[in-house]
Amino acid sequence: MSIIADVFKPNYKAMIAYITAGYPDQKATVKVARKLAEGGCDIIELGIPFSDPLADGATIQKASYYALKQGVTPDACLEMAAKIRKSIATPLVFMTYYNPVLNYGLKKFCKKCVGAGVNGLIVPDLPPEEGLELETITRKAGLDLIYLLAPTSTESRINVVASSSRGFIYLVSLTGVTGARDTLSLELAGFVERVREKTSLPLCVGFGISTVEQAGQAAALTDGVIIGSRLIQLIEKDATLKSLKSFIKSVRTELDIKKNTGRY
Amino acid sequence: MQIRPDSSGYFGKYGGKFVPETLMTALDELESAYEEAVADPEFQRQFNLLCTDYIGRPTPLYYAGQLTARAGGATILLKREDLAHTGAHKINNALGQGLLAKRMGKTRVIAETGAGQHGVAASTVCAMLGLECIIYMGTEDIRRQASNVNRMELTGAEIRPVSSGSKTLKDAINEAIRDWVSNVRNTHYLLGSVVGPHPYPMIVRDFQSIIGQETKQQVQGIYGRLPDYLVACVGGGSNAIGLFHPFYDDKQVKFIGVEAGGKGIKSGKHSATLVTGKSGVLHGTKSYLMEDEHGQIEETHSIAPGLDYPGVGPEHSFYKDTGRATYVSVDDKQALEGFRLLCDTEGIIPALESAHAIYYAAELAKGISEDKLIIVNLSGRGDKDLEIVAEALGMKK
Repeated sequence: MSIIADVFKPNYKAMIAYITAGYPDQKATVKVARKLAEGGCDIIELGIPFSDPLADGATIQKASYYALKQGVTPDACLEMAAKIRKSIATPLVFMTYYNPVLNYGLKKFCKKCVGAGVNGLIVPDLPPEEGLELETITRKAGLDLIYLLAPTSTESRINVVASSSRGFIYLVSLTGVTGARDTLSLELAGFVERVREKTSLPLCVGFGISTVEQAGQAAALTDGVIIGSRLIQLIEKDATLKSLKSFIKSVRTELDIKKNTGRY
Repeated sequence: MQIRPDSSGYFGKYGGKFVPETLMTALDELESAYEEAVADPEFQRQFNLLCTDYIGRPTPLYYAGQLTARAGGATILLKREDLAHTGAHKINNALGQGLLAKRMGKTRVIAETGAGQHGVAASTVCAMLGLECIIYMGTEDIRRQASNVNRMELTGAEIRPVSSGSKTLKDAINEAIRDWVSNVRNTHYLLGSVVGPHPYPMIVRDFQSIIGQETKQQVQGIYGRLPDYLVACVGGGSNAIGLFHPFYDDKQVKFIGVEAGGKGIKSGKHSATLVTGKSGVLHGTKSYLMEDEHGQIEETHSIAPGLDYPGVGPEHSFYKDTGRATYVSVDDKQALEGFRLLCDTEGIIPALESAHAIYYAAELAKGISEDKLIIVNLSGRGDKDLEIVAEALGMKK
């Protein structure tokens, strides 16, 4: 069992936080990660900024663009991860588009990830069909390669992802890109049910979850929730991180209320 | 003819499907729908009929006598895609995919455009087929190609300006893909070049191959033989693949793809992806691309908006690595020379994109004897470029 898989326990809902590494700056990222861990986040996703983030909505696009302008590179992200790892034990996952990793060299990148204390990778533009090489390398390195499923995924695709994803499966809540929405997608419940029939892997849901209420609703159906764009907005609005802290605390409380719902 | 790409969508080591999971099913559906359409005689009949009656095909293969005389060497022939309806080769693919979208029951079509030629082609076909059409276009290109924006609006498309990144074709594609991810169930993404995830590079190539098929018949009819050189400009590479592909097995025919050298290769401000780039993943496909040392996609430059793109089709990458085609670059200044040369000698105003190929072909012709045949794909007409040209020539004074 990986330390990511260990997060998922009976009667518990995991809280996963996404932040863009280097936004608004590298020091802040390390500080934010600590706050997230203190606030009860179970897994922290660090986004490596990419010039063409085609699965992301306006908020993360903007944060990525800003981070790149500050000169954030994959190496800088590895350094941030190493610094975060020194002070917290929370599992760390890199969320990155494929090209920066390919450019870095798959083996070299994975080796550096392990060295920096990173535990897994999420690559939104790498479906299992194209992921065989990275899958082999991450497996050897002891990193979890986490694949995604979407409401448009067919039964045969669910089978493919269920047999290759490690740690958990990332369910994209809606047909769309990342970013806050007014309501949770109506198709989520049916989608989760379809996936649940095919796998016993933990299921975590992300994209479009931006309020405490939405987090609670999504958690009631799954094993955990992933929140990203909302956190970026809170960091942008309040540099003292007080708003971020209180939001995280409220989500944690809500998830704990929902702990006995769903499968676990 | 060889079967390529393979079943996973690869041309050698290039191609594939590097897209968010949300789109994977749509790509599979598109591939099946395309295969069914190709095998359906009624689809073929409809496509061929509209190629003739709507686009005006076959386009002529024109002996450019004055250009040949001016260059003073090999015989230059022009494949006149500029005479196709809407003024460029883009209509061939737009028509094919428009019919396919209709057949798949999609009610909404989205497309990206750089020079605006693909946007105009898509918008035109959607008007004819009664489909809703949305065009993503970089704000820099909207400024540079205003006349095409008017044409798209007249034919009923909604233009969505894209102001992220370099505000050009690459960013328009990002935005179109995001739209597709969000509306995939009722929307067909009418991609305009031989780029993007499988099956797009194959579908676009097949619809554009009509260029090469006609050329082959025409040159054999008039000259009784195959040409020695095929020359075409390469941005994403659809007009070039359309001309080259039907000659793939005729090894004596040399392929030359002309990329945009922009302000000069050394300046770094260019779009010569195959000449200077390396393998990576952009917009769903593994191919040559222009990136910095950290794997971030670089901003590109060309005086020709249709060539201003940091990626290129995977089939071209395959042709480059296997040596089947040669790729060269022509810079902004030389392209302007090519533009004037064709206006001057033949009374034909070429698109700035095609002017890159004209310049190179004229240079190439100089060094070889008149019994050699060079065919240039005159992929589009230049009415859209008059402002850019006036601006560029004015700046020179």
